[in-house]
Amino acid sequence: MDLNTITEVKLPKTRGELAPWRAGDAFLGGGTWLFSEPQPKLTRLVDLTTLGWEPLTANAAGLEIAATCTVAQLDALTAPVEWTAAPLIGQCCRAFLASFKIWNAATVGGNICMSLPAGPMISLTAALDGEALLWAPDGSERRVTIVDFVKGPLSNALAPGELIRSIFLPKAALTARTAFRQVSLANHGRSGALVIGRLAPNGAFALTITASTPRPIKLAFDALPSVENLHARVESEVDAWYDDIHGLPAWRRHMTLHFAQEVLAELSEGA
Amino acid sequence: MSFTVNGKPFAEQPAAGQCLRTFLRDLGHFGVKKGCDAGDCGACTVYLDGEPVHSCLMPAFRAEGREVTTIEGLAKGDELHPMQRAFLDAQGFQCGFCTAGMIMTAASLNQAQRADLPRALKGNLCRCTGYRAIEDAIAGKRNTEDGHAGCGVGHNVPAPAGPGVVTGKARFTLDVAVEGLQHIKLVRSPHAHARIRAIDKSEALQVPGVIAVLTHEDAPKTAFSTARHEVRTIDADDTTVLDTVVRYIGQRVAAVVADSEAAAEEGCRKLKVDYDILPAVFDPEQAMTPGAPLLHGDKGPDARIYDASRNLIHAVHSEFGSLEAGFAQADAIHEGTYFVPRVQHAHLETLCAIAWIDAGGRLNIRSSTQVPFLTRQEVARVFGLAEDRVRVFCERVGGGFGAKQEMMVEDIAALAALKTGKPVKIEFTREEQFVAATTRHPMQVSVKIGAARDGTLTAIQMHVVSNTGAYGNHGAPVLEHACSESISVYRCPNKKVDGYAAYTNTVPAGAFRGYGLPQTSFAVESAIDEVARALGIDALEFRRRNVVRQGEPMIGAHVSPDDVIYGSYGLDQCLDLVDAALREDSAGATLPPEWLIGQGTALTMIDTVPPGGHYSDTYIWLESDGGYAMTIGTAEFGNGTTTVHQQVAATVLGVTPSRIKLTQSDTDHGGHDTGAYGSTGTVIGGRATQKAAEALRDTLLDFAAKHSGAARDACALGDNAVICAGQSIPLADLRQAATVAGVVLSAHGATNGIPRSVAFNVQGFRIAVNRISGEIKILRSVQAADAGTVINPMQCRAQVEGGVAQALGAALFEEIVIDGEGRVTNPTFRNYHIPAFADIPRTEVLFAETSDTLGPFGAKSMSESPYNPVAAALGNAIRDATGVRCYRLPFKPDRLHATLTAAATG
Repeated sequence: MDLNTITEVKLPKTRGELAPWRAGDAFLGGGTWLFSEPQPKLTRLVDLTTLGWEPLTANAAGLEIAATCTVAQLDALTAPVEWTAAPLIGQCCRAFLASFKIWNAATVGGNICMSLPAGPMISLTAALDGEALLWAPDGSERRVTIVDFVKGPLSNALAPGELIRSIFLPKAALTARTAFRQVSLANHGRSGALVIGRLAPNGAFALTITASTPRPIKLAFDALPSVENLHARVESEVDAWYDDIHGLPAWRRHMTLHFAQEVLAELSEGA
Repeated sequence: MSFTVNGKPFAEQPAAGQCLRTFLRDLGHFGVKKGCDAGDCGACTVYLDGEPVHSCLMPAFRAEGREVTTIEGLAKGDELHPMQRAFLDAQGFQCGFCTAGMIMTAASLNQAQRADLPRALKGNLCRCTGYRAIEDAIAGKRNTEDGHAGCGVGHNVPAPAGPGVVTGKARFTLDVAVEGLQHIKLVRSPHAHARIRAIDKSEALQVPGVIAVLTHEDAPKTAFSTARHEVRTIDADDTTVLDTVVRYIGQRVAAVVADSEAAAEEGCRKLKVDYDILPAVFDPEQAMTPGAPLLHGDKGPDARIYDASRNLIHAVHSEFGSLEAGFAQADAIHEGTYFVPRVQHAHLETLCAIAWIDAGGRLNIRSSTQVPFLTRQEVARVFGLAEDRVRVFCERVGGGFGAKQEMMVEDIAALAALKTGKPVKIEFTREEQFVAATTRHPMQVSVKIGAARDGTLTAIQMHVVSNTGAYGNHGAPVLEHACSESISVYRCPNKKVDGYAAYTNTVPAGAFRGYGLPQTSFAVESAIDEVARALGIDALEFRRRNVVRQGEPMIGAHVSPDDVIYGSYGLDQCLDLVDAALREDSAGATLPPEWLIGQGTALTMIDTVPPGGHYSDTYIWLESDGGYAMTIGTAEFGNGTTTVHQQVAATVLGVTPSRIKLTQSDTDHGGHDTGAYGSTGTVIGGRATQKAAEALRDTLLDFAAKHSGAARDACALGDNAVICAGQSIPLADLRQAATVAGVVLSAHGATNGIPRSVAFNVQGFRIAVNRISGEIKILRSVQAADAGTVINPMQCRAQVEGGVAQALGAALFEEIVIDGEGRVTNPTFRNYHIPAFADIPRTEVLFAETSDTLGPFGAKSMSESPYNPVAAALGNAIRDATGVRCYRLPFKPDRLHATLTAAATG
């Protein structure tokens, strides 16, 4: 929709041109959320796509995803064969409520910054030990894990004027085996529970819970736990089950526990 | 910056925060539609450098230097793109508002995406079709027939608007460029109940571009109902254009008129309103309790409110026979309280209108309405104008489902046009559709049904509490209708009904497909299923034994009025058709064990025409080129009646349907038309057209006989000519001869909607319920419909499919949630899920073979009623699969899981 209070669009070409940040500014990635709701408090958009960031950089250390990388670009990634976790990318892209047409514009960074429980790029990057590189307006930088970055629905670690430059997924996570489960109230709808299991070559297991909890929950184990242990950890570490129109808390809890069991069983095969 | 659209350069520049959608429309590309303006519906899909995007989310400046393609640029000159041709051949549309975006998306799909349409089309919402016809189009299936002379009634004649719809040229309400157009934005109440103490316009008026700020001081005081009916007094006059009291969050407080939407929005933000907050009530039961805050305590008897001192817009009480005796005779009794929540029509074209004063000083309103004639009457009445000083009309309307049987925007548009003298536009946002348009009436229905061991019903009791919201609107007649056919379809000597429709401080409810019957039918048909189970009788067999048979009295809250007759009766066939279809079904046998299989059915009856008279006029004449032209009053919003009118006239006149040019829904055409509601487009309008065409045929043959000297019975009409004793006289020549002779070759037909008939629908489902997740898989969906003579099988089938789909939305997902302060919390498609392609099974549509004595060529209505039995049939299938009865819609997996868990743990 038209954002009629916007009077200016800034098109920076370099990091220096991003500053100064002022009240009423918003960083513009794909615009697929900004333009989907009235934004009467905003007066200026600062376009990040003109900075020309390389969307995807794969190297021996892992994968760097620019915040402005579109979902379509990420989904089209041809991953090295040893990245056994790569199918998770497509699975998480398909967990978007939005259509493939939105993928052409929506960005990975934008989805993470929205910090909604059902943000599938949060699910993906949290499960794969993603770490965000943040740029502050004063020129400083810091790194925060995705699990710590997302604080709750529409709440995250960004300070005013701070932005996500990129998300890094380490090779160790990308070369693990993964299992994915997701459910929503409607077919291909918004996720009500999304559970990802990850088994490292050294036997370490991690369970990442998103959508059913207000923020991502990651449970790490040195080895595959028993179902009872896994369920006990889930119950003790999840302090709240998310409650909105996309799923009652009891159902989210039930489905999360069920998926945790399924994910464990899937990864236990051949382990 | 330079912009290229469909290969053509444009020098115009977008505003900084403008999205591509509105920029393209500003440049005249009206094929780019607004369904949601939030990226959810896909109606605005265009290509950016060949890639499909939702233009409502795309910042317009990003199109700079890139190639934009809209639906208008998809065809190569006059040669349609293959996907446009496919949508035309399959008639993959009804109202057509989503079609441009649907075609743009479908045309962009690769092979893999085409093989997975549920996923590929998740970003394109269609509210009319139920998606089967869209799937047909993409699969290259042809559903339409080539037209030829006599190819009228009974044939799959294509909708005349088809070529316009698939090319984006069909003009919907706002698809016109108007010089000097001003924009209206409404300031809405943040309080559920408040008196307006004062409004300070000064800052709003200083906003550059704002030309007027209109408040209750500027508006007429005449009270009215937004509901529109032929007999206006059946609805309460409790509403004014701008009230001094606001009774729900979202109610209009003021209108700001400006030369741009941006300025109007800024004016709204600058308006200062001082409220005296009043106590509010949100629950209808509480609202009826003594001491509750009164919403309309200030109204006198002239408002026609049933009992304003108890917040009652209406009540119904009746008893036939003896309930006590009936239940005493019963061997099985089911008693349950069922609830149907607030749902929204979600027509893709939001409410909108353009109004202006023409050179003759007359008020013109171009509106998205189902009732142009009734709206004209009420606008004239409210503003104290003679009716001939007001014109209301529509071209193509983007979906209605009852939501446009209302005067929701025309009054404020009229006020702004009259006050400013300028052309003005109002267009609801999708959010406004949820917070300030109408919804279905939420109803709590307690039902108690008893039957004897032999399977005979002995007593039916129903207690209905309907929530009409802050204004009466359709509250009274919806309650009456809810308490009628849902139980009058059953022969039972003892019946008692108590119905209440209460005001609450919530968004008003209005007319919605089925008009109260979906709510009560959900309860009654669930209860019928339970009683049959308790007696160990198959539910369809139980219904067979108890439904009214042709000629038997129909007794609901009242004995059906004398004007309701059995013009035909196909309920027995419908029951048999669904029975046979489900009996042979074994789908789901190979599913994993966590999937529980079950079947369920439900029936509904509906009067083919609303009570109180329903009028229509058709004028038809022979044109000088030998073609026919006619005007009809009824509106086209995807119901397909335009095609039906063509077919009816073509059949009578023995001509190819496309040779009949038709214009419609314009009060300037003269005559009267009650409106396209109550499923009347075919049975009322069509009958008027049949009569008009028959009269014209007689006039033509009379004149041809006289002109040729042949005997009258030796004359017959052909496609282009009249054949008089073997001699062919071209129709153009006949017309010329008539002109010379001073004979006018035109005719008029009219209907009044009395008497009325009844139509029937039976829905059956075979489903699987996942006992772990609560998810439902529909394995089989079948609906049998008693539509009388089916004038256009392709379209009638599509109406049934669309009704089933819309009802499945309500049964599976949809619910407007209102919080403790009366605020709608989910006013977006993202949070109010309407069915997408993936959600809707293909429904097998079976027609009973009947022919009605009343409708044109034996046709009956078939547009609302397919919706009505769906929720109950699904609930009965869930009961069959899981052993658990669900008393509340929607059957969402999370709730179903909770219900199953509660049942398992006792």
